[in-house]
Amino acid sequence: MNTATESIISVLVVVGALFALLGSIGLARLPDFMMRLHGPTKATTLGVGATLLASAVFFSDLDRGGISLHELAPLFFLFITAPVTAHLLAKAALHRRSKPGRRQAAKSKAQGTP
Amino acid sequence: MRRTILPRPGLSLTVFLLWAVITNAASLGLLVLGVVLAIVIPLLTRHFWPNPPRLARPWRALRFLGLFALDIITANWRVARQIIGPLHRLSPAFVEVPLDLRDPFIATLLASIVSLTPGTVSIDVDRQRWVLLVHALDAPDPEALIREIKERYELALREMFAC
Repeated sequence: MNTATESIISVLVVVGALFALLGSIGLARLPDFMMRLHGPTKATTLGVGATLLASAVFFSDLDRGGISLHELAPLFFLFITAPVTAHLLAKAALHRRSKPGRRQAAKSKAQGTP
Repeated sequence: MRRTILPRPGLSLTVFLLWAVITNAASLGLLVLGVVLAIVIPLLTRHFWPNPPRLARPWRALRFLGLFALDIITANWRVARQIIGPLHRLSPAFVEVPLDLRDPFIATLLASIVSLTPGTVSIDVDRQRWVLLVHALDAPDPEALIREIKERYELALREMFAC
Protein backbone atom coordinates (compact mmCIF):
# COMPACT_ATOMS: atom_id res chain seq x y z
CA MET A 1 0.00 0.00 0.00
CA ASN A 2 1.53 3.29 -1.04
CA THR A 3 1.40 6.67 0.65
CA ALA A 4 -1.30 8.08 -1.63
CA THR A 5 -3.74 5.29 -0.81
CA GLU A 6 -2.92 5.55 2.86
CA SER A 7 -3.57 9.28 2.94
CA ILE A 8 -6.90 8.84 1.10
CA ILE A 9 -7.95 6.23 3.65
CA SER A 10 -6.91 8.34 6.62
CA VAL A 11 -8.73 11.41 5.29
CA LEU A 12 -11.89 9.36 4.76
CA VAL A 13 -11.71 7.78 8.22
CA VAL A 14 -11.17 11.15 9.90
CA VAL A 15 -14.00 12.78 7.93
CA GLY A 16 -16.32 9.90 8.83
CA ALA A 17 -15.44 10.05 12.51
CA LEU A 18 -15.76 13.83 12.50
CA PHE A 19 -19.29 13.76 11.13
CA ALA A 20 -20.31 10.98 13.50
CA LEU A 21 -19.02 13.19 16.32
CA LEU A 22 -20.87 16.23 14.95
CA GLY A 23 -24.05 14.18 14.77
CA SER A 24 -23.68 13.23 18.43
CA ILE A 25 -22.91 16.81 19.42
CA GLY A 26 -26.07 17.87 17.61
CA LEU A 27 -28.05 15.21 19.45
CA ALA A 28 -26.75 16.54 22.76
CA ARG A 29 -26.88 20.26 22.10
CA LEU A 30 -30.08 20.89 20.19
CA PRO A 31 -32.97 21.98 22.39
CA ASP A 32 -36.03 20.00 21.29
CA PHE A 33 -36.91 16.58 19.97
CA MET A 34 -37.61 17.51 16.36
CA MET A 35 -34.34 19.42 16.09
CA ARG A 36 -32.43 16.58 17.73
CA LEU A 37 -33.69 14.27 15.03
CA HIS A 38 -31.47 16.13 12.58
CA GLY A 39 -28.25 15.12 14.35
CA PRO A 40 -28.29 11.38 13.64
CA THR A 41 -29.27 11.79 9.97
CA LYS A 42 -25.90 13.40 9.43
CA ALA A 43 -24.03 10.66 11.20
CA THR A 44 -25.69 8.05 9.02
CA THR A 45 -25.22 9.71 5.66
CA LEU A 46 -21.78 11.25 5.52
CA GLY A 47 -20.27 9.73 8.68
CA VAL A 48 -21.00 6.12 7.87
CA GLY A 49 -20.61 6.80 4.14
CA ALA A 50 -17.04 8.06 4.47
CA THR A 51 -16.07 5.30 6.92
CA LEU A 52 -17.40 2.57 4.62
CA LEU A 53 -15.69 4.14 1.64
CA ALA A 54 -12.41 4.09 3.56
CA SER A 55 -12.98 0.42 4.31
CA ALA A 56 -13.66 -0.29 0.62
CA VAL A 57 -10.40 1.42 -0.39
CA PHE A 58 -8.46 -0.35 2.36
CA PHE A 59 -9.62 -3.83 1.41
CA SER A 60 -9.35 -3.31 -2.35
CA ASP A 61 -6.01 -4.84 -3.22
CA LEU A 62 -5.30 -4.20 -6.87
CA ASP A 63 -2.21 -6.41 -6.82
CA ARG A 64 -4.37 -9.40 -6.07
CA GLY A 65 -7.01 -8.16 -8.50
CA GLY A 66 -9.69 -7.77 -5.87
CA ILE A 67 -11.96 -4.78 -5.56
CA SER A 68 -13.86 -4.80 -2.32
CA LEU A 69 -17.44 -3.78 -2.94
CA HIS A 70 -19.36 -5.31 -0.11
CA GLU A 71 -19.10 -2.08 1.89
CA LEU A 72 -21.67 -0.72 -0.52
CA ALA A 73 -24.33 -3.07 0.85
CA PRO A 74 -24.61 -1.58 4.36
CA LEU A 75 -24.64 1.87 2.80
CA PHE A 76 -27.55 0.83 0.58
CA PHE A 77 -29.48 -0.72 3.49
CA LEU A 78 -28.79 2.27 5.70
CA PHE A 79 -30.05 4.72 3.10
CA ILE A 80 -33.26 2.74 2.82
CA THR A 81 -33.86 2.25 6.55
CA ALA A 82 -32.60 5.51 8.09
CA PRO A 83 -35.49 7.66 6.76
CA VAL A 84 -38.00 5.09 8.02
CA THR A 85 -36.60 5.34 11.56
CA ALA A 86 -36.59 9.13 11.45
CA HIS A 87 -40.13 9.11 10.08
CA LEU A 88 -41.44 6.78 12.80
CA LEU A 89 -39.70 8.73 15.57
CA ALA A 90 -41.08 12.01 14.25
CA LYS A 91 -44.57 10.59 13.92
CA ALA A 92 -44.48 9.18 17.44
CA ALA A 93 -43.30 12.54 18.74
CA LEU A 94 -46.07 14.37 16.92
CA HIS A 95 -48.56 11.87 18.23
CA ARG A 96 -47.47 12.47 21.80
CA ARG A 97 -47.26 16.23 21.19
CA SER A 98 -43.73 16.05 22.46
CA LYS A 99 -43.05 18.48 25.25
CA PRO A 100 -40.41 21.14 24.64
CA GLY A 101 -36.96 20.15 25.88
CA ARG A 102 -35.96 20.84 29.45
CA ARG A 103 -33.56 23.55 28.43
CA GLN A 104 -36.17 25.33 26.37
CA ALA A 105 -38.72 25.02 29.17
CA ALA A 106 -36.23 26.52 31.61
CA LYS A 107 -35.55 29.35 29.20
CA SER A 108 -39.22 30.23 28.72
CA LYS A 109 -39.73 30.09 32.48
CA ALA A 110 -36.85 32.51 32.93
CA GLN A 111 -38.43 34.83 30.41
CA GLY A 112 -41.69 34.68 32.33
CA THR A 113 -43.74 33.05 29.59
CA PRO A 114 -45.82 30.02 30.53
CA MET B 1 -44.42 -17.63 -18.20
CA ARG B 2 -41.94 -14.86 -17.49
CA ARG B 3 -44.45 -13.22 -15.20
CA THR B 4 -44.90 -16.35 -13.11
CA ILE B 5 -41.21 -17.06 -12.56
CA LEU B 6 -39.98 -13.49 -12.38
CA PRO B 7 -42.84 -11.31 -11.20
CA ARG B 8 -40.46 -8.43 -10.57
CA PRO B 9 -37.36 -8.47 -12.77
CA GLY B 10 -36.02 -5.28 -11.22
CA LEU B 11 -36.27 -6.66 -7.71
CA SER B 12 -34.69 -9.94 -8.80
CA LEU B 13 -31.78 -8.07 -10.33
CA THR B 14 -31.36 -5.98 -7.17
CA VAL B 15 -31.36 -9.06 -4.94
CA PHE B 16 -28.84 -10.81 -7.16
CA LEU B 17 -26.51 -7.82 -7.38
CA LEU B 18 -26.72 -7.24 -3.62
CA TRP B 19 -25.91 -10.89 -3.01
CA ALA B 20 -22.95 -10.72 -5.38
CA VAL B 21 -21.69 -7.58 -3.66
CA ILE B 22 -22.12 -8.93 -0.12
CA THR B 23 -20.34 -12.20 -0.86
CA ASN B 24 -17.78 -10.43 -3.07
CA ALA B 25 -18.83 -12.95 -5.78
CA ALA B 26 -16.34 -15.33 -4.24
CA SER B 27 -17.29 -18.54 -6.01
CA LEU B 28 -19.61 -19.99 -8.65
CA GLY B 29 -21.61 -21.80 -5.98
CA LEU B 30 -22.38 -18.55 -4.21
CA LEU B 31 -23.50 -16.96 -7.49
CA VAL B 32 -25.84 -19.90 -8.16
CA LEU B 33 -27.27 -19.48 -4.67
CA GLY B 34 -27.73 -15.80 -5.53
CA VAL B 35 -29.76 -16.72 -8.61
CA VAL B 36 -31.95 -19.01 -6.50
CA LEU B 37 -32.51 -16.22 -3.96
CA ALA B 38 -33.24 -13.72 -6.74
CA ILE B 39 -36.05 -16.00 -7.94
CA VAL B 40 -37.42 -17.15 -4.59
CA ILE B 41 -37.50 -13.86 -2.65
CA PRO B 42 -39.60 -11.90 -5.18
CA LEU B 43 -41.97 -14.87 -5.45
CA LEU B 44 -42.44 -15.06 -1.69
CA THR B 45 -42.86 -11.31 -1.20
CA ARG B 46 -44.97 -10.84 -4.34
CA HIS B 47 -48.05 -9.70 -2.45
CA PHE B 48 -46.33 -7.07 -0.33
CA TRP B 49 -45.17 -4.88 -3.18
CA PRO B 50 -47.02 -1.87 -4.45
CA ASN B 51 -46.97 -1.31 -8.18
CA PRO B 52 -44.33 1.33 -8.75
CA PRO B 53 -44.48 3.26 -12.01
CA ARG B 54 -41.86 2.28 -14.54
CA LEU B 55 -38.52 4.07 -14.53
CA ALA B 56 -38.89 5.93 -17.79
CA ARG B 57 -35.50 7.63 -17.97
CA PRO B 58 -32.69 5.60 -16.34
CA TRP B 59 -29.96 8.06 -17.37
CA ARG B 60 -31.83 10.87 -15.77
CA ALA B 61 -31.94 8.71 -12.60
CA LEU B 62 -28.15 8.28 -12.64
CA ARG B 63 -27.63 12.01 -13.00
CA PHE B 64 -30.08 12.55 -10.17
CA LEU B 65 -28.11 10.17 -7.94
CA GLY B 66 -24.97 12.22 -8.57
CA LEU B 67 -26.78 15.46 -7.75
CA PHE B 68 -28.23 13.85 -4.63
CA ALA B 69 -24.79 12.73 -3.42
CA LEU B 70 -23.44 16.27 -3.90
CA ASP B 71 -26.45 17.70 -2.06
CA ILE B 72 -25.83 15.37 0.87
CA ILE B 73 -22.25 16.59 1.18
CA THR B 74 -23.08 20.31 0.94
CA ALA B 75 -26.06 19.98 3.28
CA ASN B 76 -23.89 18.04 5.76
CA TRP B 77 -21.39 20.84 5.75
CA ARG B 78 -24.09 23.46 6.30
CA VAL B 79 -25.79 21.58 9.13
CA ALA B 80 -22.44 20.80 10.76
CA ARG B 81 -21.71 24.52 10.98
CA GLN B 82 -25.18 25.21 12.33
CA ILE B 83 -24.77 22.60 15.07
CA ILE B 84 -21.45 24.02 16.26
CA GLY B 85 -22.54 27.62 15.90
CA PRO B 86 -24.91 29.61 18.11
CA LEU B 87 -28.20 27.73 18.38
CA HIS B 88 -30.44 30.72 19.01
CA ARG B 89 -29.89 31.86 15.45
CA LEU B 90 -31.59 28.76 14.09
CA SER B 91 -35.22 29.03 13.12
CA PRO B 92 -36.67 25.52 13.07
CA ALA B 93 -39.99 25.20 11.28
CA PHE B 94 -42.64 22.76 10.17
CA VAL B 95 -43.18 23.19 6.46
CA GLU B 96 -46.02 21.80 4.37
CA VAL B 97 -44.93 21.00 0.84
CA PRO B 98 -47.89 20.60 -1.53
CA LEU B 99 -47.17 17.72 -3.90
CA ASP B 100 -47.96 17.47 -7.60
CA LEU B 101 -47.21 13.76 -7.78
CA ARG B 102 -49.96 11.26 -7.04
CA ASP B 103 -48.12 7.99 -6.60
CA PRO B 104 -47.56 6.50 -3.12
CA PHE B 105 -44.26 4.86 -4.12
CA ILE B 106 -42.78 8.05 -5.57
CA ALA B 107 -44.06 10.01 -2.59
CA THR B 108 -42.22 7.58 -0.28
CA LEU B 109 -39.09 7.99 -2.40
CA LEU B 110 -39.33 11.77 -2.17
CA ALA B 111 -39.90 11.61 1.60
CA SER B 112 -36.81 9.40 2.00
CA ILE B 113 -34.71 11.75 -0.09
CA VAL B 114 -35.84 14.72 1.98
CA SER B 115 -35.00 12.82 5.19
CA LEU B 116 -31.56 11.78 3.97
CA THR B 117 -30.49 15.31 3.10
CA PRO B 118 -29.40 16.77 6.44
CA GLY B 119 -31.35 19.72 7.72
CA THR B 120 -34.74 18.37 6.72
CA VAL B 121 -36.72 15.38 8.01
CA SER B 122 -39.99 14.38 6.42
CA ILE B 123 -42.59 13.54 8.99
CA ASP B 124 -45.75 12.65 7.16
CA VAL B 125 -47.16 12.13 3.70
CA ASP B 126 -50.81 13.10 3.73
CA ARG B 127 -52.38 11.05 0.99
CA GLN B 128 -55.74 12.76 1.23
CA ARG B 129 -54.42 16.24 0.52
CA TRP B 130 -51.09 15.12 -1.01
CA VAL B 131 -49.00 17.23 1.28
CA LEU B 132 -45.55 16.35 2.57
CA LEU B 133 -44.95 17.55 6.12
CA VAL B 134 -41.28 18.43 6.62
CA HIS B 135 -39.41 19.62 9.66
CA ALA B 136 -36.46 21.86 8.88
CA LEU B 137 -33.63 22.59 11.29
CA ASP B 138 -33.16 26.08 9.94
CA ALA B 139 -35.71 27.58 7.58
CA PRO B 140 -35.86 31.34 7.85
CA ASP B 141 -37.73 31.36 4.55
CA PRO B 142 -40.17 28.40 4.31
CA GLU B 143 -41.27 29.38 0.81
CA ALA B 144 -37.71 29.00 -0.48
CA LEU B 145 -37.47 25.55 1.11
CA ILE B 146 -40.74 24.45 -0.50
CA ARG B 147 -39.53 25.70 -3.87
CA GLU B 148 -36.20 23.93 -3.43
CA ILE B 149 -37.78 20.57 -2.58
CA LYS B 150 -40.29 20.85 -5.42
CA GLU B 151 -37.87 21.98 -8.10
CA ARG B 152 -34.81 20.00 -7.10
CA TYR B 153 -36.33 16.67 -6.14
CA GLU B 154 -40.01 16.36 -6.97
CA LEU B 155 -39.69 17.61 -10.53
CA ALA B 156 -36.71 15.33 -11.16
CA LEU B 157 -38.55 12.30 -9.75
CA ARG B 158 -41.62 13.02 -11.83
CA GLU B 159 -39.52 13.31 -14.96
CA MET B 160 -37.66 10.09 -14.16
CA PHE B 161 -40.79 8.05 -13.59
CA ALA B 162 -42.97 9.96 -16.04
CA CYS B 163 -45.82 10.47 -13.63
